[in-house]
Amino acid sequence: MIDMLKPAVIIFTLLSILTGIIYPLVVTGIAQVAFPSKANGSIVVKDGRAVGSELIGQSFTDPKYFWGRPSATTGFPDNAMASGGSNLGPTNPALADAVKARAAALIAADPGNRLPVPVDLLTASGSGLDPHISPAAAMYQAGRVARLRGLSEDKVKELISRNTEERWLGLLGEERVNVLKLNLELDTIGR
Amino acid sequence: MSGQGWIQIGLYFIVLFALIKPLGAYMARVYQGERNFLTPVISPVEKLIYLLAGINAEEEMDWKRYAKVLLVFNFLGFLAVYGLQRFQAHLPLNPAGMSAVSPDSSFNTAMSFITNTNWQGYSGESTMSYLTQMLGLTVQNFLSAATGMAALVALIRGFARHSTKNIGNFWTDMVKTTLYILIPLSLVFSIVLVSQGVVQTFSKPKTATLVQTTKDDKGNTVTEQVIPVGPVASQIAIKQLGTNGGGFFNANSAHPFENPTPLTDFLEMLAILLIPGGLCYTFGVMVGDKRQGWAILAAMTIILVMFLAVTEWAEHQNNPMVARGAAEAGQTVAGLSSAAGLPAGNMEGKEVRFGITNSALWATATTATSNGSVNSMHDSFMPLGGLAPLLLIHLGEVVFGGVGSGLYGMLVFVIIAVFVAGLMVGRTPEYLGKKVEALEMKMASLVILIPVFIILVGTAIAVVTPAGIAGASNPGPHGYSEILYAFSSFGGNNGSAFAGINADTPFYNTAGGIIMYFGRYFIAIPILAIAGNLAGKKKVPVSAGTLPTHTPLFIGWLISVILIVAALSFFPALALGPIVEHLMM
Repeated sequence: MIDMLKPAVIIFTLLSILTGIIYPLVVTGIAQVAFPSKANGSIVVKDGRAVGSELIGQSFTDPKYFWGRPSATTGFPDNAMASGGSNLGPTNPALADAVKARAAALIAADPGNRLPVPVDLLTASGSGLDPHISPAAAMYQAGRVARLRGLSEDKVKELISRNTEERWLGLLGEERVNVLKLNLELDTIGR
Repeated sequence: MSGQGWIQIGLYFIVLFALIKPLGAYMARVYQGERNFLTPVISPVEKLIYLLAGINAEEEMDWKRYAKVLLVFNFLGFLAVYGLQRFQAHLPLNPAGMSAVSPDSSFNTAMSFITNTNWQGYSGESTMSYLTQMLGLTVQNFLSAATGMAALVALIRGFARHSTKNIGNFWTDMVKTTLYILIPLSLVFSIVLVSQGVVQTFSKPKTATLVQTTKDDKGNTVTEQVIPVGPVASQIAIKQLGTNGGGFFNANSAHPFENPTPLTDFLEMLAILLIPGGLCYTFGVMVGDKRQGWAILAAMTIILVMFLAVTEWAEHQNNPMVARGAAEAGQTVAGLSSAAGLPAGNMEGKEVRFGITNSALWATATTATSNGSVNSMHDSFMPLGGLAPLLLIHLGEVVFGGVGSGLYGMLVFVIIAVFVAGLMVGRTPEYLGKKVEALEMKMASLVILIPVFIILVGTAIAVVTPAGIAGASNPGPHGYSEILYAFSSFGGNNGSAFAGINADTPFYNTAGGIIMYFGRYFIAIPILAIAGNLAGKKKVPVSAGTLPTHTPLFIGWLISVILIVAALSFFPALALGPIVEHLMM
């Protein structure tokens, strides 16, 4: 037993140092030099103040902003300290109730809009921090935002397409609109 | 599914298969002690480790000694992870000031990470200090993966050798796996991840002023967003490559800091199957017949594609509760058709950047292997979309499977397939020139039966005890499915969950920890026993009576055996959960 324990302890310790200390330190060193902004959370700064991360969604409920994905995080929506989904199953009536409330909120903010609602505006994201909506979900809200900000709908649609991220090489993933970046850009031009 | 979806899935398999041969050949060189392009850099470190540990790298072990040192080594890992969690408040690298983790949760997490399960009862961003994440969890991401690969290589030697007691040296297998395979791959992969936005820093959580203030559930105004960061990329790389699956954050690879772009998603999915696929080729090289490795890889791929089709189909359906909720508000849901820029299907619990296609693909890959990471919430999948991942776990995670553990599980199914075929035609079963006899069959039966037993008995106990029932968060059969999934994940060392289950309780932490232990070591030990017994046998020359094990006929036979065993074992349990839920819908 003792003859096993000595190599076990030494090899365990050495491999722990290699994989648990040296490896993450080396990665951190390279990351901080090569990709400092990304390695530190892709923080967006406006007027010298951090206003969020490009990659972490924020909750928007004011009708003059574009709204993001519904979030099921605990405490408050898009709580970055409590990532997670709703975990409501497909036969759980609580899911229908949540969707009903979201659909009602959308119609209350824009009573004239009878277009079918894109499904990503009615369903909670997996992380609760999804920074994106689909282009269809942005277009669905374009009329409302344009009206409340006194902008032409074409201008708002142009902003949407400027903030639309394509599939990687036109192949991977889905087209998407970054809600925080879109709203920040809106704030710089509109009321 | 859209044309775009088909292209992405096609591309995934093309890139995977392009990488399997070079990686497999490289790993074979490593395990056979041949020089490779990393030898000049790594060999001095390797030799230094052997020197400090006082071991003779040439000295080999019989299967009993191999199994003993494996258990001792893994127990040290358990002590380290448990201790780090309990004492993290008094240790350095704790900028967010995390307090000690409870004893039952620490026990569960320690078991979870040494067994390559990586079930997360805890929420990473609010529980673990950076030191615990790195020195506890990241280390076990490496060492549990290396343990599985070491046991596999021992089994392969059992097939490849003859008339010897020895199946290799556990220490050198561990050190070589870690130094030559896992660290280099992880190093490259983590830098790529950072380039896309995965965070890697030791600073404390970032604070940002919200663009629009919001209200919390107590009615207080929230003006700030606290954004957790940490040494994430280095952990995510090995979490994916080592079929570990334990994320840095609660939302795992659905979290934008773990998986920010479609490219990282593609690469992280690729990493899940990469080493398990490559090991099939390594196996072929080491037993001196590459066709055998390709045949097994073919069987794995066919099963994977079958299950992928089910998941993709199910998740591209519309969620009936979403349609109902919208209708109650007088609205209709767009997304019944797949127009450009519009997600079509069950988006609850999924991220826009991945869409339905990549979420279903990930769910299939992560449960076919023992990875268990998620990029979408399986709990919110359609009933049949959740059935496929669950059943993949029930197959024994032999479809690619965990690194090492997947292929050794698959080789047990090969032994059973050969045996049953032998019974049918009245010939002595043999595989790779080794006769399959009583001991192999006894051990193979244990490997098949132990997971079935612990999963079903665990589920049964949970559904008749208040503490077990209390875990379910959804009503009806779906709540039962959550419990079944949890125990399947424990027993299969998977780590994914129907995550609505409230499993951070003494009951689930304790039961889960024990089941994960059995699901890992009570499989690995019979595997090593088979290895030792096979190594001692003589090679039987191929004759006209030998059943060829590389033909399409055998591949089909092997697939049938796997599916029949799983169906017989788990159909009743599945009928009560996802199947009845689908019929109710």
